[in-house]
Amino acid sequence: MSETNKKHDIQALKARHKLLNECQYEIKPIEKGYTNRTLYVNISTNEIKEKPVTREMKEKFTGGKGFDLKLMWDAVKDDTRWNDPENEINIATGPIGGNTNYPGSGKSIVTSISPITGIPIDSNVGGYFGPYLKFSGFDALEIQGKAANDIIIFIDGNKGLVQILEAPGEAVDTHILSEQLVEMFAEKEIEKQHISSVSAGTGSEHAYIGCLNFSFYDKRRKVPRLKQAGRGGIGTVFRDKKIKALVVKYSGVKGNSNRPVDLDKLQRTGLKLHNEIMERDDQMCRMRKLGTANLVDVMNEYDLLPTMNYKFGSHEQAKNLSADVFYEQYLTHNVPDGCWYGCTMACSHAADNFKLETGPYKGEIVTVDGPEYETVAGVGSNVGIFDPRTVLEINFYCDTYGLDTISFGTMTAFIMECWEKGYLDIEKTGGLEFTWGNSGNVLELLHQISRGEGFGLIAGKGIRWMKDYFETHFGADRKMMADIGMETKGLEYSEYVSKESLAQQGGFGLALKGPQHDEAWLIFMDMVNNQIPTFEDKAEALHYFPMFRTWFGLQGLCKLPWNDIEPAGNAETDEPNKVPEHVQNYVDIFNAITGQSIDKHELILQSERVYNFQKAFNLRLGHGKRKDDDIPYRSAGPVTVEEYESRQERYDQQLKEKLDIEPEGKSTEEKLKILREFRESEYEHLRDAAYKRKGWTREGIPTLEHLKKIGMDLPEVIEVVKKHL
Amino acid sequence: MTKYLKTIPDRCNGCNLCMSVCSQLYFKEDNPELSCIKITAIDETFDMNVCDQCGTCVDECPTLALSINKKGVIMLNKNLCIGCYACVAVCPTNSMRYFQGLTVPFKCIACGACAKECPEKALEIVEEE
Repeated sequence: MSETNKKHDIQALKARHKLLNECQYEIKPIEKGYTNRTLYVNISTNEIKEKPVTREMKEKFTGGKGFDLKLMWDAVKDDTRWNDPENEINIATGPIGGNTNYPGSGKSIVTSISPITGIPIDSNVGGYFGPYLKFSGFDALEIQGKAANDIIIFIDGNKGLVQILEAPGEAVDTHILSEQLVEMFAEKEIEKQHISSVSAGTGSEHAYIGCLNFSFYDKRRKVPRLKQAGRGGIGTVFRDKKIKALVVKYSGVKGNSNRPVDLDKLQRTGLKLHNEIMERDDQMCRMRKLGTANLVDVMNEYDLLPTMNYKFGSHEQAKNLSADVFYEQYLTHNVPDGCWYGCTMACSHAADNFKLETGPYKGEIVTVDGPEYETVAGVGSNVGIFDPRTVLEINFYCDTYGLDTISFGTMTAFIMECWEKGYLDIEKTGGLEFTWGNSGNVLELLHQISRGEGFGLIAGKGIRWMKDYFETHFGADRKMMADIGMETKGLEYSEYVSKESLAQQGGFGLALKGPQHDEAWLIFMDMVNNQIPTFEDKAEALHYFPMFRTWFGLQGLCKLPWNDIEPAGNAETDEPNKVPEHVQNYVDIFNAITGQSIDKHELILQSERVYNFQKAFNLRLGHGKRKDDDIPYRSAGPVTVEEYESRQERYDQQLKEKLDIEPEGKSTEEKLKILREFRESEYEHLRDAAYKRKGWTREGIPTLEHLKKIGMDLPEVIEVVKKHL
Repeated sequence: MTKYLKTIPDRCNGCNLCMSVCSQLYFKEDNPELSCIKITAIDETFDMNVCDQCGTCVDECPTLALSINKKGVIMLNKNLCIGCYACVAVCPTNSMRYFQGLTVPFKCIACGACAKECPEKALEIVEEE
């Protein structure tokens, strides 16, 4: 028995498994990036079946998130809530997903009806699961129902076998569970890389901000590494369904596993990008060395790094959270850290031999995946923690407990400001002090969520829920909480200060799933490079970029290799912010794999169809209207005197230049009011312009003409939309 | 220990016999594109490009398909290779090869077949401690 087997006693865990159902399926070759079937598993009835992927499904929904949403639309009712059995968790890559040639091609897209927003959430995640699922024979996995007891769904892609196993013994927290699963399902060492699992954690059982961990086995470190489908509480749905883990096993990945029509084109396009990354990454974002955390210094420099619940955009101690600090003191160097094969951008770094100092695993030596920029900003600067070791400890526990670091950071920042304002005290929090930077109590809050105790049960429900609770139970000021509680649609903001970028305010407010930057990240082109000065420019950007970025989710792609590396000469092109050469790369690899002949306009059209379908889905579930795109005022401007006065020169100058108002002689309160009226009206104008450009009414409803124009005038969509026109 | 194919460009006459020998040995085809060694005429001289077994590619390979054997030669395990070509991009001397239609790269393994045939003795196998 190996050391790990002894540690986990795998045989004893397996002995407790009970086979609830299993199904053999025919192994078929992939055709041009598609398997042409999906896998449906109902864990209430233990039904396992294949569903065909029709030509129309491919034409209208392309793949990835499109397939997830299509399957979910057909499965739920108009009043389905997150914890109803008919709610689904769907996972898909896309036709490009799983190729090993072009960097960033291993993403899975997960959807479910979210516990915090009540509408579909989608989350884009690395790791091997999506590609292995496809090569096992399925374009998507659709899970419906609720199990009676904890289960594992196991797919063996080489044997053509799906099993539902009752699994009472395995750990729930992912850092243990993912190791157990690798040991359990790999028969020998070499097979470990062929296992990928999806799991949540004990935190997901007690909070609405649960995330999913997708694993990829690191042959050098000899541990399963983790990437997170973080946003919107899919981990919460997962544990509510009593799913302990999904496991896929597949061996045989090759450069032509997608059976592309033009392998040579695919390889050459991939090689071109590999070469660009090797030559230019050191001068650009340093993703290979530092990962996404390279942004900490940049954001701090431009006053965009969320600090103390987004009050400020920079802090003198932020240098302690610089990616270089993590690199020098914690990260393991010179390891190819791609989360899917062939990604030379390789940004998934890790801190090995990290000794935990708190919680149930205190004293254990672990590998911490990350930290990503969003985590450093969220659980670091935004809550006033500037100690990199603490950030890593919170990062580790969020992951293993299955909690989204972004929502955890943003909601903790909100709690801390409520503490500062006197809405909370020790009695109300059950003994926890939430002064800025109180790392011990932030960690204890995290452990409380895991244990399902105390104030953790309140905090874990997210900001929208807390606002109601604090008003009702503690008499907190509703209006102030509406201004400083950084959520829209119920989802906590991701980690960028958007006050000085109107376009980014729209990027957050109009994002279909809630304020996550992956739909539109326009801060730099708006406020730093001044590339979109007019309302029309901003509206165009709020059309094009969400559509372009949606496409990554249809294909199984990562966004980072699009513009975190740029070819030489990009700045001299007509549209440098689009990175035209890379857009053409995407057109080329899509055509090379699928044999279609789309151009860059049809690429956008593929996204528009799914984007408008998702919009209609929001409407169907009772949301998706103009008021749902309202944003907290702190996203648009300074809420408090303290904030205004911290950047007084900037705001006074804006009053003069934009409103022709002389700030001299006016109190800060008066100036705040004038600035607020101006900025709020700007946001309304932007909304009007952006809706119009998207083909929607002033209420944010897609017009029938627009749906027809983009080929998304499906009867079920029309039926929903016309009720609102 | 390192074993590698040493090139002596001053002696090369550009006959390209080495490329024929290499491609015929490993691909059963006389095709310079399928040779691990590449000879390129530059004005009156010849550039001789071949792997020097430096190991940069070994560190980059995501599946550990590339490894250094006891003699210090970098070998590709085709069963482990997933054809990403990261090794091709990272190679500091551009000596990791790819060819249309193949799903894995190829490289010089210092077998010495070309050196034996070279009429000008412009190639030799060197073993260094």
